[in-house]
Amino acid sequence: MRNNFDGQLKELNNNLIEMGALIEHAISAAAGALLSQNIELAATVKADERESDKKEKQIEALCYDLLLRQQPVARDLRIISAALKMVTDMERIADQAVDIAEITTHLVGQKFIKQPEDIAEMAEAAKKMLKESIDSFVNRDLELAKSVLEHDDTVDKLFTTIRGDLIALILENPENGEQALDLLMIAKYLERIGDHASNIAEWVIFMITGEHNTKLHF
Amino acid sequence: MIKYKLESVDLWYRDFQALKNVSIDIKANQITAYIGPSGCGKSTLIKSLNRMNDLIEGCKITGKLLLDGEDIYGNIDVNLLRKKVGMVFQKPNPFPMSIYDNIAFGPRTHGIKSRYKLDDIVEKALKDAAIWEETKDRLKKSALSLSGGQQQRLCIARALAVEPDVLLMDEPTSALDPISTAKIEDLMSELKKKYTVVIVTHNMQQATRISDYTAFFLLGEMIEFGDTKTIFSMPKNKKTEDYITGRFG
Repeated sequence: MRNNFDGQLKELNNNLIEMGALIEHAISAAAGALLSQNIELAATVKADERESDKKEKQIEALCYDLLLRQQPVARDLRIISAALKMVTDMERIADQAVDIAEITTHLVGQKFIKQPEDIAEMAEAAKKMLKESIDSFVNRDLELAKSVLEHDDTVDKLFTTIRGDLIALILENPENGEQALDLLMIAKYLERIGDHASNIAEWVIFMITGEHNTKLHF
Repeated sequence: MIKYKLESVDLWYRDFQALKNVSIDIKANQITAYIGPSGCGKSTLIKSLNRMNDLIEGCKITGKLLLDGEDIYGNIDVNLLRKKVGMVFQKPNPFPMSIYDNIAFGPRTHGIKSRYKLDDIVEKALKDAAIWEETKDRLKKSALSLSGGQQQRLCIARALAVEPDVLLMDEPTSALDPISTAKIEDLMSELKKKYTVVIVTHNMQQATRISDYTAFFLLGEMIEFGDTKTIFSMPKNKKTEDYITGRFG
């Protein structure tokens, strides 16, 4: 029963997987462009972001159509509400990947004042959070969603370490200031990506349990 | 405040058990909806609340059904029970007489003869059922001249005219168009201020819109009962979830 509706819910899943893949690629490309100082790679991030914007609109349209035509209740309503909230966070992540890529283009040709390995580590951790938050939605996996929230601490700690290193480098030589601020911005964007992935995981938890950490619950 | 208290109610139509061990509290001045697939026992249960099942041969009921603490299957006057517990059916069933006489019928049966008193009762009942404005200038016209939606509100007014405590509604809008349905639903929200309302409905959206509590029935058993918001957003039982999301039933 309700084969058509179930088919549309599957389509919603697939759209979110596709949007997630675009954004994962955007984060990887932004971080890769920074490490390799590759301006062409940085340019691909914008293309990913444009595609993910289109996907966001498609997902929103599908959700509104499902709300209108299927008048969902219970689990179905929670799935569609969660998807509508998640795409907003996903779209912000794509924007932040673009912000990182734009800063990266300024840094091309400059000698790094510090090795960017820890920024790369942060990018990997943020990307993992995003991937797992989307996977937890697709597979209705409560434990995976909860683990995403725990991983946010790792990203936050990396940000604090990078920030401390950059302050030390500025104190050491004020001429490091301009690049230090660029790197700090990149680290901050990655930290925000972690926060958005946490938001996604929180909506997945709501979808599965009916409870949200803001005390919103049915 | 609990209006009805049902404890371990079983009901048989000869060999067929239509209700199985149903226990439920119905709160006063709230709307309680019964939902479930056809044949699940919801109409049987609503009819047992004013002993309409007494009229069915071979019907046997056990367990406790207390209304305001009194056993309605004990030694009581069934006519007084049905005065206290009014009922509205799926299909509007006005009597083939004037609008006025439809409403005055019940009070006259209960001994009210004064024209002034009856005028007051008719006006109040029609106002409470939100149909006064449409009928006040045609009270002597046949009730059968009203539209389906108006006829159903007339039937509600007729039930209210004998000043019941409880109003039972068995799919009261399933034969009505969306506008008439909306009028009855609005009316129900008003009615619960004065009356306890129990409704059987096949329309999930209607149960979601209007009821405070919902009970889900399947094959004579009450599977789940709770506040409507919880039942339609986070039901505890998979059978409830499967039914309300249209996955079976």
